Formats: sequence, structure tokens, C-alpha cells
Amino acid sequence: MAKNDLLGASLWDAYSNKVTTLMNNPNHQGEITEAEALSHGNKLIVADFGAESCGDAVRLYWEVDPKTDIIVNSKFKSFGCGTAIASSDIMTELCIGKKVQEAVKITNIDVEFALRDSPEIPAVPPQKMHCSVMAYDVIKKAASLYLGVDSESFEEEIIVCECARVSLKTLQEVIRLNDLTTIEQITDYTKAGGFCKSCIRPGGHEKREYYLVDILADTRREMDEEKMKAAADAGGSGSFEAMTLVQKIKAIDAVVDENVRQFLIMDGGNMEVIDVKTSDEYIDVYIRYLGACNGCASSATGTLYAIEATLKEKLSKKIRVLPI
Amino acid sequence: MKVYLDNNATTMVDPLVVEEMMPFFSDIYGNPNSLHKFGTASHPAIAKAIDRVYKAVNARDSDDIVFTSCATESNNWVLKSIYRDYIVNGDKNHIITTEVEHPSVYSACKALEEDGVKVTYLPVNSQGIVEAHVVKSFITDKTALVSIMWASNETGMINPIKEIGEICKERGVLFHSDAVQAVGKIPVDLQDIHVDFLSMSAHKFHGPKGIGALYIKNSQPLSPLLNGGEHMGGRRSGTLNVPYIVAMGKAIELATENIEEKMASIRAKRDRLEDALLELSDTFVIGDREHRTPNTILISIKGVEGEGMLWDLNNGQIGASTGSACASEDLQANTVMLAIGADNELAHTGIRLSLSRFTTDSEIDYAITHFKKSVERLRAISSSFAKVGPTPGGESKECELHFH
Repeated sequence: MAKNDLLGASLWDAYSNKVTTLMNNPNHQGEITEAEALSHGNKLIVADFGAESCGDAVRLYWEVDPKTDIIVNSKFKSFGCGTAIASSDIMTELCIGKKVQEAVKITNIDVEFALRDSPEIPAVPPQKMHCSVMAYDVIKKAASLYLGVDSESFEEEIIVCECARVSLKTLQEVIRLNDLTTIEQITDYTKAGGFCKSCIRPGGHEKREYYLVDILADTRREMDEEKMKAAADAGGSGSFEAMTLVQKIKAIDAVVDENVRQFLIMDGGNMEVIDVKTSDEYIDVYIRYLGACNGCASSATGTLYAIEATLKEKLSKKIRVLPI
Repeated sequence: MKVYLDNNATTMVDPLVVEEMMPFFSDIYGNPNSLHKFGTASHPAIAKAIDRVYKAVNARDSDDIVFTSCATESNNWVLKSIYRDYIVNGDKNHIITTEVEHPSVYSACKALEEDGVKVTYLPVNSQGIVEAHVVKSFITDKTALVSIMWASNETGMINPIKEIGEICKERGVLFHSDAVQAVGKIPVDLQDIHVDFLSMSAHKFHGPKGIGALYIKNSQPLSPLLNGGEHMGGRRSGTLNVPYIVAMGKAIELATENIEEKMASIRAKRDRLEDALLELSDTFVIGDREHRTPNTILISIKGVEGEGMLWDLNNGQIGASTGSACASEDLQANTVMLAIGADNELAHTGIRLSLSRFTTDSEIDYAITHFKKSVERLRAISSSFAKVGPTPGGESKECELHFH
């Protein structure tokens, strides 16, 4: 929340001029009949996507030259809001003149981009991105009908955020590489979840197979497990700095038991490790003197130096010993 | 021509109201709580405004009608004070409301649920009306409050407030009604019906935005939402908004005097508009006219998505409203229509047209022409309408939705 959020902007103010122009006067609305396509020696493809019950549905007509696979004409019908009409219209235009195999590569990002007035400013507000997604989906459907294949086959990756076309694999990689911990960070890095928000968590305007909250939780869990395993391996190989806290305490105790404690006990004293705190620069080992060591004059000088020097030598040069 | 058909959202301020409130911005600007004459100069006008509001709803002198900033404040005040006065410190923990309330009631109830209050959200019937026997069946010994809107902002459907009030009185349960869409549209006589609390808002009956009121029957205890000075008898603190209080008094007087006559005039225009729109094939109007506020139409046009229609109407200088998914942030279908039992498709096509006493016959004529043209254009584009086509005979009818 800030000054600019105090007055909610009108949805319509966020539409580009191209969007409003096409909403008012779509260039490719209408239908192509079988007879019309046949008269040109072409094949007619009619594909439906969406459902009226979801508030959005589109029907795409392609007239395809079977000799070249080129879409020579295309029209649409749309039950949907103004942006659905504009997206369908520009999508239809993008298809014309392309081979079916090329058209299927047109994504919703291309559709939205083509609706922009300038490259930097989005054509529609975030919650309207789903209209361009529908345009992309109906192209896949039409291509699958023409080529006689399953429309799923055009998707090489699992797309989690349809609006920004971000794949599951990309999300997992970005979370790992940048050690991301929040959905906001994921959106900052990838734009996933930044548009219609349906992919963030269940309960959005459409159901998704994958949600960012689950991907983040799963990936973080995997990262933690891997870290733990690496730490365990590090403990086994003796790399003190890579150890977990418990491993560090155990290692310190072992060094103290082997090299220090016996001398303290000889003088009627002892010590215990209270805590270990790690920063980039130091590993601080907090200890408490027991028995005769407690209050002994050398506990802050010679004895302390001997304990710290031993731990530094055996475990890590970053160790500082701090009596409490 | 510009035609404003969104009067359930807000109304223009009546020029007579503007005229009456203006001196209180400039000439008579003193704080009414000041002792000097600059402050006390406004007292007669405030007293007149209070009299006008009492008269408009036929309240008794022993009742309180306290000015608030809006109906949202009034509604929140009742719910949160009931929570504080009767629920936290008492043995009652239950509130009854409906699925179709305005967010200022519905969301406040949702917030109270987080504090441990049990809330029952009653369904509505296929007409969008909350039936009195349903209310009765949900009242228990634990029920502290029933809060049910008098008339719906979306559908205009009028709830049986008199019957519900009697049931609440019999059962000793407090009764609140959000009457924002009723006051100034239909007769509201507080001697004829029983309510303990009633919310109203000036900008729904040609007063300014930012002023409302809460009726509190016969000094019912209700702890203040805003603490501070002793304004409004200690009920609601905050320096009195004198120009707006004066305006609300004038606006409610203008809206309620000869209300039957005004209703008849608005109803005639509304019915003419509705009849003309129903000439289009595959159109549905939610709720029968008898149980609807006389200014409201919620019409569904098969094959035409709500925002697209709103866009086209706006291009024709017609202001209307839609609860349709694509016009809002969350993209869900119109919840009120879903509550009525409309399927998802229907809930994406609703357009609300709401008239006022300033709506003219020529505006209705213009709206009819433009509306039909828009439907024709959008149906030509519509994939839905292309697939199903018009139903044989293209008959129009009142919505036959079934409660589910």
C-alpha cells in the first residue's frame, strides 16, 4: 500500500489504445464456412476453447492450404469481455500467413505484446492476462486438429504460470539459484504469479495443476534436505564450517574432551559449551567455566587462550571462544 | 445524449440539496460545538435536518438517529458493537445474516468469525428473497442479532422485513436492516415495522457522498464505534459535518415526500425499459416486478458477457453496472446471481440498470435503442450465441431459476 494504491485505477484506463480500438472494431470477427474453404481448395479448421460458464469462450476458424500448411484466412467468435475480443482478434491476425507449425509457436505473451502501444507498457491490467492465454490455447487446439496430434504435444514443458509462460523447471531453478523464500521474490525474478494470480494458490479464478506456494515449499524442502545431507557428508569428511550446529557442538565437545578437559579437571575445574553462533567472519563458541575454573584468574587469559588455540588448530581458524 | 442508469451505485445530488447545503461551507462555517455565535448559528439547520430524517422514516422522539459517514460505518457500528456488548461479554455468540448482503455487512461478519462469532449466512430463494420462515428456523437461544438488507443493491428484490422483524421481536433477538437501497425508493415506516437498527446513506437518494445515518430504536444500548467528544449525544464522536447533515435532511425530505407518486413515475419508466429489452430474444430479468424496488432491472442477455456489454453502453454514453467477473478484480462470477441459483454462464452476463426520479422518457428511449444495438453487435461476435443460436421462437421470459 502506498499513495498510488489509495485510489484504485479504473480497469478500462489500463487498456492500451490498440485494445480499445479492437474491442470496438475487431477486424477478424465472423466465421468461415466449409463451402467457402472448399471453394478455395482449402481445409477448414474450427476450434473451440474455454466455456461460457467460466465467462470466457472462443471459437477460432482457420482456412488452411493443405499443400503448404499455410493459414490463408482466419476468423473468430468470442463470448467474453472486451479484452477477450481484442486478444482473439490480434491472435487471429498473427495466425494469418503463417504455417500451422509456426502458428502454434505464438504464445499469449506474443498476443499481449502485439496489443501494446509501446513495448514497455502492458496492454491490459494483470487480471486480464487470462484472455490472451485463452487465445494461445485455442491456437494449440486448432493446430492439433489440423495436424492430427494431441494438443499437449506442443507443450514441451509444464507451464505453471500461463500469463507469463513460466515453466515448472524454470521456477525450481530460480528458487534454488537465488535462494528465494517468498512468492513475491518469485514474481520479482520470473513474473510468475504477477498477472491473474491464479497460479499462486488455490482459490483463484481458475484451477491450476501446480501452484507457486507448493512449488516453493517443495523446492525449499528439497533444498533443506540436500543441505542437511551435504552437512552430514561434510561432518563425515571433517569440514567443520560446513557442519550443522549439532555437528559443530559435538565436534567441539570431542576436541575439548580429548585435549582440554583433563587439564581443567586436574585443577578442580571444568567447562561446558553453551552455544555456537556462526557469522561470515567468526564462529563464536560460548562456554561456561565450572568448579575451580569459575573465577580463576587465568580463565580469561592463559586458559582461555589455550582452549581457543586448540579449537582453532583442530577445527577452524574462525573460532572465537567467549566465556560467559 | 448521456444517460445515467447506475443509480443504485450512487445518485446525482439534487440541485435543491446543493443550494441548501452551500451556505454551510462559507457563511455559516462555525463548529457547532463552539459556544459562540459562529458555531451556534448552524444549530437551527442541524435541528431541521434531524427533524426531516425522523419524519422521513417515521421515527419516534425516543429513538436515536445518529449521523455517520456512510452506511458502511453504520453497518460496521452495529455488528462490532453487538459483538462487544452482547457476544464477548454475554452468553450469545451467534449472528444471522444472508449470502447476498453488501460487503459492509458480509465482510464485517467474516471478520467477526475470526474472532469466534458463529455466523449463519442464509440463502435466498429463486427470486433472490430471504424468506421469513428460513430466518425463523435458524434463530436459537444463542442468536444475538439478525442483520438482513431491506432491498438488494444488485437485484432490487425487497425482503419481507416486516415479517422478519416480528419474528425477531417474538424471539427477543435484535434486528438490524441495511436499508440503503430502500430509503427513498419505497416507503420506510418505522412505526409499521420492527427493527432495532437501520442503516441509510444519503448518496443513494440524491444527497452527497460521505454522509449516512443509523437509526437506533428507543435508545437501545449500542456502544460507540468512534470515541472522542460528546457529539451526537455521545453516540458518535467527530465534529458534525454540518453541510452534509443539512444536505441529507433536505435530500431525504425530497426523496420521501409523495413517495408513492414518485415510485409510480419511476416504475413506469423502468417497466417500459424492461419491456423493451425483453423483446430481445433470450433475455432474462431476475425477480418479479412486484417484489422489486421500482427503479431496478438486473437483466441477463444470453451470449453477451457483462463487461463487453458495459463497454458498449459506455461508448454510447450510458452508465450501467455489472457484477460480472471480467469487470472486477477477482474474476469470479456475480456472487449474488450465483446465490439466486443462476448458473455460471448466466452469472457472467448480468447488467444492472437503475433509474432515478431524474431519469427522463427520452433517456429511456435512447437507452433502449443503444442497448439493442449493442446486443446485436456483441451477439454477432459471440461464440456462445453462434453455437446455440437463438432459442426457437426467441421467447423472452422472467428468469426461471431454481434455488440450489
